[in-house]
Amino acid sequence: MADFLLELLSEEIPARMQAKARNDLGRLFAECTGEAGLQTGAIDVFSTPRRLALIARDVAEATEASREEVKGPRTSAPPQALEGFLRKTGLRQEQLEERDGVYFAVIERAGRPAAEILADTISRIVAGFPWPKSMRWGDGTLRWVRPLHGIVAILGEDIVPVEIDGIVSGATTVGHRFHHPGDITIGGAQDYVEKLRACHVIVDQEERERLIREGADEAAREAGLKLLADEGLVVENAGLTEWPVPLLGRFDSEFLDVPREVIVLTMRTNQKYFACTNEDGLLAPAFVCVANVAAKDGGALIVEGNRRVLAARLADARFFWEQDLKVPLEEQAKKLNGIVFHEKLGTVADKVERVAKLARWLVERGVIQADTNQVERAARLAKADLVSGMVGEFPELQGVIGGYLAEAQSEPQAVADAVRDHYGTPGQPASAAVALADKLDTICAFFGVDLKPTGSKDPFALRRAAIASIEIIVRNGLRLSLTQAVRGALANRAAQVSDATATHRLDGTSEELIEFFAERLKVQQREAGVRHDLIDAVFALGGEDDLVRLLARVNALQSFVETEEGADLLTAYKRAANILKKENWTGPQVMSSREEQGIPQTGEEDPLVLVEEPGLKEAVAEIASGSAGADLPEEKALIAALNAVEREASAAVEAEDFTGAMAALASLRRPIDDFFDHVTVNDAEAAKRERRLNLLMRFRDAVNQVADFSRIEG
Amino acid sequence: MSLSFQDLILTLHRYWSAQGCVILQPYDMEMGAGTFHPATVLRALGPDAWRAAYVQPCRRPTDGRYGENPNRLGHYYQYQVVLKPSPDDLQELYLGSLAEIGIDPLKHDIRFVEDDWESPTLGAWGLGWEVWCDGMEVTQFTYFQQVGGFECKPVTGELTYGLERLAMYIQGVDNVFDLRFNDAGVTYGNVFLENERQGSEYNFEVANTNRLFQAFREAAAECELCIERKLPIPAYEQAIKASHVFNTLQARGVISVAERQAYIGRVRDLAKAACEAWLERAG
Repeated sequence: MADFLLELLSEEIPARMQAKARNDLGRLFAECTGEAGLQTGAIDVFSTPRRLALIARDVAEATEASREEVKGPRTSAPPQALEGFLRKTGLRQEQLEERDGVYFAVIERAGRPAAEILADTISRIVAGFPWPKSMRWGDGTLRWVRPLHGIVAILGEDIVPVEIDGIVSGATTVGHRFHHPGDITIGGAQDYVEKLRACHVIVDQEERERLIREGADEAAREAGLKLLADEGLVVENAGLTEWPVPLLGRFDSEFLDVPREVIVLTMRTNQKYFACTNEDGLLAPAFVCVANVAAKDGGALIVEGNRRVLAARLADARFFWEQDLKVPLEEQAKKLNGIVFHEKLGTVADKVERVAKLARWLVERGVIQADTNQVERAARLAKADLVSGMVGEFPELQGVIGGYLAEAQSEPQAVADAVRDHYGTPGQPASAAVALADKLDTICAFFGVDLKPTGSKDPFALRRAAIASIEIIVRNGLRLSLTQAVRGALANRAAQVSDATATHRLDGTSEELIEFFAERLKVQQREAGVRHDLIDAVFALGGEDDLVRLLARVNALQSFVETEEGADLLTAYKRAANILKKENWTGPQVMSSREEQGIPQTGEEDPLVLVEEPGLKEAVAEIASGSAGADLPEEKALIAALNAVEREASAAVEAEDFTGAMAALASLRRPIDDFFDHVTVNDAEAAKRERRLNLLMRFRDAVNQVADFSRIEG
Repeated sequence: MSLSFQDLILTLHRYWSAQGCVILQPYDMEMGAGTFHPATVLRALGPDAWRAAYVQPCRRPTDGRYGENPNRLGHYYQYQVVLKPSPDDLQELYLGSLAEIGIDPLKHDIRFVEDDWESPTLGAWGLGWEVWCDGMEVTQFTYFQQVGGFECKPVTGELTYGLERLAMYIQGVDNVFDLRFNDAGVTYGNVFLENERQGSEYNFEVANTNRLFQAFREAAAECELCIERKLPIPAYEQAIKASHVFNTLQARGVISVAERQAYIGRVRDLAKAACEAWLERAG
């Protein structure tokens, strides 16, 4: 057994691709050697900007020889079958064995030497590597992420010979581009990492990440500052350097007038610098860059160069910022009618109009307690920064820039906050109103023109918008009928285009939307550990589109069914429901006759309202309650319990005390268990049977006041 | 003393001349980037080897700042090198040119940072990097994969140096107008400041948009005429002209977002047709 080293040397691999490339290298290597039956021990993968490498420990010398017997056609089969079998196995007829009238082929494979398999593996890896983007170079046909220059392939101490498009494997590679120009020779897996380190290349990306993380922190600390940790930058800089050297530089503090986010973002995205704060957490006029060289002068020239580049960028940012400050947001907002929101949905100005209306409605309806005029103003200014120079340069700062500009023009804090936070899921009332209205409008507008998410495609991120809407509603405890809100949003858009057909479709679309939200709610709540069957059980009641109440029910239900009492009650419920189903029992005969009379049933009517005759009314009530003629004590006890529980549970539901409702239901557990233990439902006497079935139905319906228990799993 | 602006150019000329490049003079047409030069676009197509280096003035009307911004210009210079097929040691050759102009890679931080290049108006794309020197982008380094919608076989390696930036870096100057143009006391500002002022005023405020729209249509028509007559080079020149007129119209702010795509598409079609005619003519 020996260790195997593979290095693929290329021109600079994009930093963002390296993590996946390492994974792919390890996976492909394991797959190829695995298919060939070559045993290996642990596999380590490495990357630097210029190389992808792999070390496999304890590679077997060869694959084991194998013997495989393949069953062929019967000897009596037509000759074509035999010919086919010989073709498939590559054998001649006299090499086959014959047993019990059947041909067998014995295929023996000699063990293959590891080097041969490894050479194949390398060719396959290079040919099929799943780079996100690959290229050709020179006059070759090979594809790689950037030009591939060398292959180091050493098993133990021997080179694994392989040639790919003119690149011949060997033992030579290169060290750091500037510290160690020229070739270096690797002995094998055992000295690879250390030989490269001696040539200013740290092969292990995790070690480089650590050096950057700790070095940047140290550089800031030495200057009396605190580094703004940024793991994404650590990884990216590790992907850009073979010999990382973090260096601290400073910039002119006059640039601190520019919004902090702009400075941090410029440094991060354009320059890949870390930002620093002072002791109070305020942004400090300093940066940490990561050089790829231990410079002769300790990095003074590098820091000075980087400072100047940053100064030019910040000067540009400040120019845009100062220009933006000169234009009031309401002036900017006017330009939104020149920006198309979506070709089927008008301009951003149209959208702003709808959002303002919906946000106002949310406040006027009492869903959100906030100043109506402030909410409307925030909604009207919320998108104005889209035409600012700053957002033009840094689109990811939409909202943030608007917030700063609103503050600068002395808008009330609630307005500025709402402008800044409306893309997220804020908790401030005015912000929540604008944020929710914005998201509901987007979702409804796209559904209204039939641009809905399908399968894995959701080009307008409507699923994310729905999840965010749910979060806003739940986090802020907003009580609203989602159906009403959705219909309002749809109607707003229909009014803008005076589209009669859109109004026609309103019912259908709003139903689709509620289903869409229900699905998203399940996804969102699953992450919070809420069972989807319980959400289904509550949705199945119908008419529940107040998400706060719905989740209160679901949560109470979940706590309940996870207790022993709840589980028992669920069992009893299922037993009752099964009996009713088996007996095809739909209720007291008096009731079903009403259906026969053609009176439409909605399920909500008082079963007694149509019964006028007072004497009959009592009798019917008795039948309906199942109490008429009850003879066994367990029957009577259940009736008594139901009488109390029905009232209690429905009062609790009314008061939205779902835990109370569950507690009331829990008290049915003993009487229903006793009932099942001692009462025969299917009594030979028809009246008794009918009475007891009615009683079970009453029990089922009592439980169903809180949720449709038949939807609950387990 | 560090290189003056003109010595920087002369040094690069000598260096790339020694690498077997044809040293060309700037193309006599307005264009937004050195890539547009036929010595890059057309020569990148077809099987023949080619090496060239040249300075190309670039006009980007929307980038003009009336001479008031120390880093932005509406007219500036690119130094362009194309090597076809791209040699295996292209990175080393490039780094050699940096050493030649006085950048010591053990004192400075030279990095190749992913930057894929695409020109929607040329139907062209390639993979490569922007080369950083101490955090500043000094060169665009690209391996062409497609031009005019056609595969590049063999692949051309393209280096585009931003000359002003590079000179500012070498001379340690913070304002482009303070660059030493030569070693006889002439600054970049002496040569170009007034051009920037007048150019910005013309591009942003004066240019007659009706005549520009007319010029766009005429260039497009001439391009099509040349294609019909199988004259790819004049056809391509007219595509360059249309592209520049479009850039000026953009600076005047008279092209809406929706129209913008349509204009880019129109220029691309012209450029593609010229490239196709070039390949046909090359056989």
